[in-house]
Amino acid sequence: MSAALAIRDEQPLPCPSDWSFELIEEYHDAIARTARRFKLDTYPIQLEIITAEQMMDAYASVGMPVNYRHWSFGKQFIATEKSYRRGHMGLAYEIVINSDPCIAYLMEENTMTMQTLVIAHAAYGHNSFFKGNYLFRMWTDASSIVDYLVYAKNYIAECEEKHGIDEVEALLDSCHALMNYGVDRYRRAQKPSLAQEKARRKDREAYLQHQVNDLWRTLPRRAGKQTEEAQKRFPAEPQENLLYFVEKNAPLLEPWEREIVRIVRKVAQYFYPQRQTQVMNEGWATFWHYTLLNTMYADGLLTDGFMLEFLQSHTNVVYQPAAGQRNYSGINPYALGFAMFSDLRRICEAPTEEDRRWFPDIAGTDWVATLDNAMRNFKDESFIGQFLSPRLMRHFRMFAIRDDEDESELEVTAIHDDNGYRCLREALSRQYDINHREPNIQVWSVDTRGDRSLTLRHTQHSYRPLHDGAQEVLKHVGRLWGFRVILESVDDEGDVARRWEVSPPPRH
Amino acid sequence: MGERRERAMLQQIIDRRLSGKNKSIGNRERFLRRHRDQIREAVGRAISGRGIRDIDQGENITVPRRDLSEPVFGHGPGGTREMVHPGNKEYVRGDRIERPQGGNGSGSGNSSASPDGEGEDDFVFQISREEFMQYFFEDLALPRLLRTQLTEVPEWKSRRAGFASDGTPNNIHVVRSMRGAMARRIALGGALRQRLRELEERLAQAKRDPYTLPNEIATLTADIDTLKRRLARLPYLDPIDLRYRNRVREPQPTSKAVMFCLMDVSGSMDEARKDIAKRFFILLYLFLTKHYERIEIVFVRHHTQASEVGEREFFESRESGGTVVSSALELMLEIMAARYATSDWNVYAAQASDGDNWQQDSPKCRELIETRILSRVRYYAYVQVVEEEQNLWQEYSRIAKGHTNFAMQKIATPADIYPVFRELFKKEAAL
Repeated sequence: MSAALAIRDEQPLPCPSDWSFELIEEYHDAIARTARRFKLDTYPIQLEIITAEQMMDAYASVGMPVNYRHWSFGKQFIATEKSYRRGHMGLAYEIVINSDPCIAYLMEENTMTMQTLVIAHAAYGHNSFFKGNYLFRMWTDASSIVDYLVYAKNYIAECEEKHGIDEVEALLDSCHALMNYGVDRYRRAQKPSLAQEKARRKDREAYLQHQVNDLWRTLPRRAGKQTEEAQKRFPAEPQENLLYFVEKNAPLLEPWEREIVRIVRKVAQYFYPQRQTQVMNEGWATFWHYTLLNTMYADGLLTDGFMLEFLQSHTNVVYQPAAGQRNYSGINPYALGFAMFSDLRRICEAPTEEDRRWFPDIAGTDWVATLDNAMRNFKDESFIGQFLSPRLMRHFRMFAIRDDEDESELEVTAIHDDNGYRCLREALSRQYDINHREPNIQVWSVDTRGDRSLTLRHTQHSYRPLHDGAQEVLKHVGRLWGFRVILESVDDEGDVARRWEVSPPPRH
Repeated sequence: MGERRERAMLQQIIDRRLSGKNKSIGNRERFLRRHRDQIREAVGRAISGRGIRDIDQGENITVPRRDLSEPVFGHGPGGTREMVHPGNKEYVRGDRIERPQGGNGSGSGNSSASPDGEGEDDFVFQISREEFMQYFFEDLALPRLLRTQLTEVPEWKSRRAGFASDGTPNNIHVVRSMRGAMARRIALGGALRQRLRELEERLAQAKRDPYTLPNEIATLTADIDTLKRRLARLPYLDPIDLRYRNRVREPQPTSKAVMFCLMDVSGSMDEARKDIAKRFFILLYLFLTKHYERIEIVFVRHHTQASEVGEREFFESRESGGTVVSSALELMLEIMAARYATSDWNVYAAQASDGDNWQQDSPKCRELIETRILSRVRYYAYVQVVEEEQNLWQEYSRIAKGHTNFAMQKIATPADIYPVFRELFKKEAAL
């Protein structure tokens, strides 16, 4: 057996441009063997061949194989289809789902080379990231997500039937507006199975309603206690998870509405790690498709023609236009992530004197173990803060610009030189900090004894205000809460800089 | 051993290409539903802007971007921020750069590059022919059955068209197949048979020659046998010989129809009334497309005089003055006699008017229709786009009593058009 394998390794795999099921299996085996040499640990893999149209379908429902119905997905689909038909964009050549087994889509139109690239990138790169990274381990349950989405889809369809499409749609719109605030950032999520979820739902509905009623019970108050009660804050601590707060405390929501809020919240929670690991996740996957395919080439498994096609595609993916160039639109996460993982390997294998100064713990260590550790225990913010090397900053020719409203000009605060490295690294790391990127808005207080109004508080960082969409979002909050909602934007000195308010029409 | 483990990692390859197409259809429906008003408006515009023949198409719908927004909290311009960019060319620390254009406060770092906020464009998308017709019919209050009948493609008939190399057994063309088989046998066996002939000659010669060694005869005989066996092994009929009668599906050839659209263009026919008339004509046209392969439309407009005009002029022009309906009927008769005289033309006539006619003319119209027109047309439909009954309505009512291929109806809103068609379809079914 092993002799047969050795012989086959000496001659390249067949490389026609059209793929076939046998070839995909053959290439997959070769990739899997190579991946195992580097100890990549993955979920089992399920490859699915789909058409361009199905790829657009998947695109439209945020990459998930099933999802509940909503007009915004339809809009997404129409937009995707339009630009695809016009040839404005090639479809992303891969979609991979963080599930167990890990589902990776192969598009029918792709050449054999592209299919191989996708298998290496998605089924081994992303897949191992999903399985290994601490955020994914903590927040998402790969084995149950597809089941949960099926449940969500059916439940919402049921609600549409019972309560009308319009009603459900309005509710979903409101929930989507707060989706980024439906996440527990610090607390660890519980992971009950689908069966438990279902069994619990009924109890929860009844219990929740009871609890809500309790909170809002209007008992006659005794005169003496009034002042004391009035001073008791609710909630006792500011709450960061707005959707959770609404689900548990909104006075007027029906049980089914609370369940839908919960569904959106769960889905938001599922995507939360992805939003925080874009650079790492794409960088990791790109690094591995590059490394795996090059290793296979070195083993004589791949032809020169294959490599040329692959490298062309790879080069496009990691292209980083310079600031000021026409096609520049920020840092390309593929480029940065790929460069960082490659650089990390270089630091392990061939450290310079500078690397030894900056990275004494990892310079010269085993690169496979070091990269594995980096993949497992970091997110974009901390990954960059920890591993962005001076050499890479020079390579990208990075510079930081400060934009201060009070000054007429922008200022270059740091460039890729000895004085600037730490400053640049901090600035870039902050740039990927989700708490910095998104406004910090929390539930501040509820007037439980008065008009039941809800006050949200935006805490500014460096005097950065909210944009004008806030008023629209607040209307959605009002719809969920059912009573007056106030949003205060508090600047760095603790003064209320701006205030929004909506009073929703009374519910029937 | 290793191989088996790899395969275990790969749980399966699933071919999904044939399953779950159009998964987004439900989402698309919801999207269309949400923008029904814009779509309806666009469909309405399309109906007045398009020719009758082009009605059966999709349409571009434009939705203002703000109606599609899904607001979320985000940072606006202002405050202090620091951004890291790649590709430094000339800057050193402390350099001051002019704020890029983009106005008050600051651009939000990376997006300040795009000159005009790209998010502001309207969202334009296509609705399909089916979706278009659905909105078109929605206004007309047509029953579902009728809708499907109208949007249906004409019937198909299969016709023979040469031969094909595959098909079902009942379509095998025996002569062609046998001919093919014979040609193949000749082609494949030619070389063998030639060799066979040579060998047989040599054998005959050898038998004649007294000096021949006996084993030479034996060898030749053996060779001949081998060749014969090889020839016998050529299949008599091979699957590749089979030829099938080929059939193609073609739209059922039906006879021709001509549709006369008669309309009053006197000053009292305003845009709304014309729009109703147009919808009526469109519906009649759609109805006819279901039944006839080739349809011609003749537009005749009239005030005191009638003239044949193009479609655009027909719907757009407006003239003042009196009304003499019979002028249009006479012109129609002339055109029928000149161009559509033969019996394979099915003539349909649809007249739209506000019912205001010159007093003395109405009896003449009735006479023209009763004596000369109704015998030549399959169907004559009259729609009056106002409520009051004037002399033309009264005269026409008398025709309606005695003739089955004459229908009349008052139409105040597009929804009233349907009853006329119900009449029409009832009659069509009875024919």
